[in-house]
Amino acid sequence: MVIAESKPLAEILDMVKDFKKIVVAGCKGCVTVCCAGGEKEVAILSSELRIARKAAGDELEVKEYTCERQCDPEYIEPLDDLVADTDAVVSIACSVGPQYVAARYPNLRVYPGLNTTSIGGATEHGVWKEYCQACGSCIIGNFGGLCPIARCAKQLLNGPCGGSSQGICEVGKGSIPCIWQLIYDRLQNLGELHKLTEVQLYKNWSTSRDGGLRTTIREELKQ
Amino acid sequence: MTAEYSAGSKLEKILKSGQKAVTCECGPPRGADADHFRHKANYLLKCGDAVNVTDNQTAVVRFCSMAACRILMDMGIEPVMQMVTRDMNRIGLQSNILGAAALGIKNLLCLTGDHQSFGDHPQGKNVHDMDSLGLIHTVKTMRDEGKMASGTELQGRPRMFIGAAANPFADPPEFRVVRMGKKIAAGVQFIQTQCIYNMEKFRKFMEMAHDMGLTEKAFIMAGITPFKSVGMANYMKKFVPGMDVPDSYITRLRGVPKDKVAEEGIKIAVEQIHECLEMKGVAGIHLMAIEWEEMAPVVLEAAGLLPRPQVTAD
Repeated sequence: MVIAESKPLAEILDMVKDFKKIVVAGCKGCVTVCCAGGEKEVAILSSELRIARKAAGDELEVKEYTCERQCDPEYIEPLDDLVADTDAVVSIACSVGPQYVAARYPNLRVYPGLNTTSIGGATEHGVWKEYCQACGSCIIGNFGGLCPIARCAKQLLNGPCGGSSQGICEVGKGSIPCIWQLIYDRLQNLGELHKLTEVQLYKNWSTSRDGGLRTTIREELKQ
Repeated sequence: MTAEYSAGSKLEKILKSGQKAVTCECGPPRGADADHFRHKANYLLKCGDAVNVTDNQTAVVRFCSMAACRILMDMGIEPVMQMVTRDMNRIGLQSNILGAAALGIKNLLCLTGDHQSFGDHPQGKNVHDMDSLGLIHTVKTMRDEGKMASGTELQGRPRMFIGAAANPFADPPEFRVVRMGKKIAAGVQFIQTQCIYNMEKFRKFMEMAHDMGLTEKAFIMAGITPFKSVGMANYMKKFVPGMDVPDSYITRLRGVPKDKVAEEGIKIAVEQIHECLEMKGVAGIHLMAIEWEEMAPVVLEAAGLLPRPQVTAD
């Protein structure tokens, strides 16, 4: 799923400092699962904004709504009435959400309340890690099903580099496992270590964002 | 190892003649002060068969490797141009390989490079379009097949003696030689190792390399960095990733009076050089006297590696 986390409150307060009425719009998709932008977080952020502005003697009216999803136009539609009389929307979906809101309301200011951090998953309660970089041509089959593009700081195709020590990457002050050690261990378990003796040459980055904006088309589903 | 020269550099000729080669290292400054660089390089004038020029090492911005190589050539020093894949994509890398060859640079060391989080621009974007293996293959294909990574024909092939680094001390230990073997299979002709302090580990590494036939396929040069102080030894041990500094050296440096520590550091380096050169398959020494270039001649003299053979590059 898409992982995101809240922006600091001060940053959001600064975004809306000139407004009197705003909508905080959440999303019931990925950001609900990673506890960053669901109904609960909409309520918390809205309260924090109201309290902070009240304390500053400049009250802010905040309406709350959580869309089914913010990455489908029809689920943005329910915001129509709420935003009619509003200065701005703070979307706490992943950064796809605010862009869908902006597309529907050409004259409305839209701000992101979250930082979208990665495509990944939870590894323990309250911890989410990156697993994919959406490079558009998956090569993890060569690496025991693990991704060196997302999970190696240098995106090595022929790791591990000299900075792998006791299973830990030199980047990240001891907090990041060396994915190449994990690949090595896994291929060893699978009896496929010989795969690591093959030189992996160039990756085709044209399917990644380097090739320009990506559009995925499924002709059979198009109307 | 074929007797014909792929680049005809001094380094290639000396290595292929069977003599133990010596390379030194000179890092460009963090500014445009060419005189400072010339001053440091001057100490290395008659020391190395070639001198490595680092490419923004530890991800700290310095003046570029190619310009520094040119300065060395003007001084009569043969350069080994280091090139990292961190800062340029395949367009920039290939362009620089061609430019370097056009300037007459004949030795190229292909590296991935330190991550930018260690340097002075940690907020910068890294490129990593390819890794060191990709770069090695690219240079070799350009040189031997006259083609770019895309398959486009070149007008004029870059004659380069191709090198790479190897770290015998990182993990997983049993894979380090295999990875060096991959580099050699991709086209590497000479290897310069990471600074060696754990002699036992290096001996095992060389034995494995020898058993795998790698010492027949490429010239392996042992990386030596003399300790300048106890602080430096401690720093290397604790903070430099992939470095293996046994406590015995630190104890030894601590055991001498403060004004004798540098001398002791040099003594250790000389012992290490002798020990490395006795190992089967060690083709030479890569002396990295980091910010201590003036000591390179002292170390090499004491190690009996001076004067260097008189050889002319093509």
